[in-house]
Amino acid sequence: MQTFTYARPATLAEAVATLEAHGPDARALAGGTDLIIRLRDGSVSPSVVVDLKRIAELRPGIRDGDGWLSIGATTVMTDIAADPRVARQFRALAEAAAVVGSVQIRNRATLGGNVCNASPAADTAPALLVYGAEVVAVGPGGSRRIPIGDFFVRSGETTLARGELVTSIELPVPARRMSAVHLRRTRRRGHDLASVTLCCGVDEAGVARLAFGSVGPRPILAVDATGVLADAGAPAEAKAEILERMYAEASPSPRSMRASPEYRRAMLRVLGGRALRIAIDRLAAGE
Amino acid sequence: MSDLIPIRVTVNGRARAFDVAAHHTLLEVLRDDLQLTGTKECCLVGECGACTVRLDGRIVDSCLVLAVESDGGEVTTVEGLAPEGGLSRLQAAFLDEGAVQCGFCIPGQVMAADDLLGRVARPTVAEIHEGLAGNLCRCGCYEQITAAVKAAAEAGPG
Repeated sequence: MQTFTYARPATLAEAVATLEAHGPDARALAGGTDLIIRLRDGSVSPSVVVDLKRIAELRPGIRDGDGWLSIGATTVMTDIAADPRVARQFRALAEAAAVVGSVQIRNRATLGGNVCNASPAADTAPALLVYGAEVVAVGPGGSRRIPIGDFFVRSGETTLARGELVTSIELPVPARRMSAVHLRRTRRRGHDLASVTLCCGVDEAGVARLAFGSVGPRPILAVDATGVLADAGAPAEAKAEILERMYAEASPSPRSMRASPEYRRAMLRVLGGRALRIAIDRLAAGE
Repeated sequence: MSDLIPIRVTVNGRARAFDVAAHHTLLEVLRDDLQLTGTKECCLVGECGACTVRLDGRIVDSCLVLAVESDGGEVTTVEGLAPEGGLSRLQAAFLDEGAVQCGFCIPGQVMAADDLLGRVARPTVAEIHEGLAGNLCRCGCYEQITAAVKAAAEAGPG
């Protein structure tokens, strides 16, 4: 592996100062399950790697209160998948966290890393979009909240500014009863990046939200407020028309080795329809 | 060459202090500096699980952990699962079930299975498959590996 300087800041202020001083020449290290692969294959070559795991303010953990569930950026997928509050209120996020990589990967991979890596295939992204999550970032100018829909730009690129880092991801507890599900398609079961990763949520007011990733440069959220999608009794043709408009946002890359654009679009339709049915069933069952 | 960083790690119950380069992984340090070659280097992208070790109570792919990240931590490798010269019940079950063909993936498989049995005393076949999904066997001994984990679970801890 290429050489670099390892920084282990003890405070948030120190981490921000190091990231600001080195700009694109610095890389933040959380779980390392993406970064260390890229350091080894040379696709990134920072002069400084800033390990965020010894910062007191960034200790992993999930906290609730004030109508929000706050997930610390360094919280690993294993702990998100196992958290009873996440399972109860944000089940699709727990489902997404539970299928990231393998046990070994989930013990290391963090939610902050998953969003900051900004992979179009990030499994937690669709659920975060459906639940209306906000990313809390701290930088040289202080702290700010970024709606998750404004966070992703393209693969590997977010709207974080120089010197900024993510401290937590916060999910608003839905004001209305809402049910959601995460589904994905991979080449093989067990351990693979998604060819399509998708989340659908419906609420008791009839709003349906469908978010999907791995079918374009960034994950996308589409919302139907007409009540048609969320209505179990609505005609299939009416639903299909709305869903087709949502799917039109997808622009899968023709250069991916994982799946062709045609296959991804076909699977997007299959998973989208399936997820909508599951979400409606869960809402009806009070799950 | 980057500067060396002093770290302290407890490896298989023994406190160690040594210097590591920032860019050296836990895998490299275990194998090259500590001569604990049970842990295998294989895919180096976190897909095959041959480098699985326990770090602070949880299994990880040691090819995706910088050695310096383990500073202050506790590492268990396959060499630490049983007293020298002995076998854990799980390791014995792997032999009894003929789960070992070429053997290269087995240390990682055993580490993942040991972790699973620590969390789930009597795992179902589905839970065994999920618990070992991060460990590939190119010989295709999955049936025997699953049987070994099941047999070890039925035999109880030890």
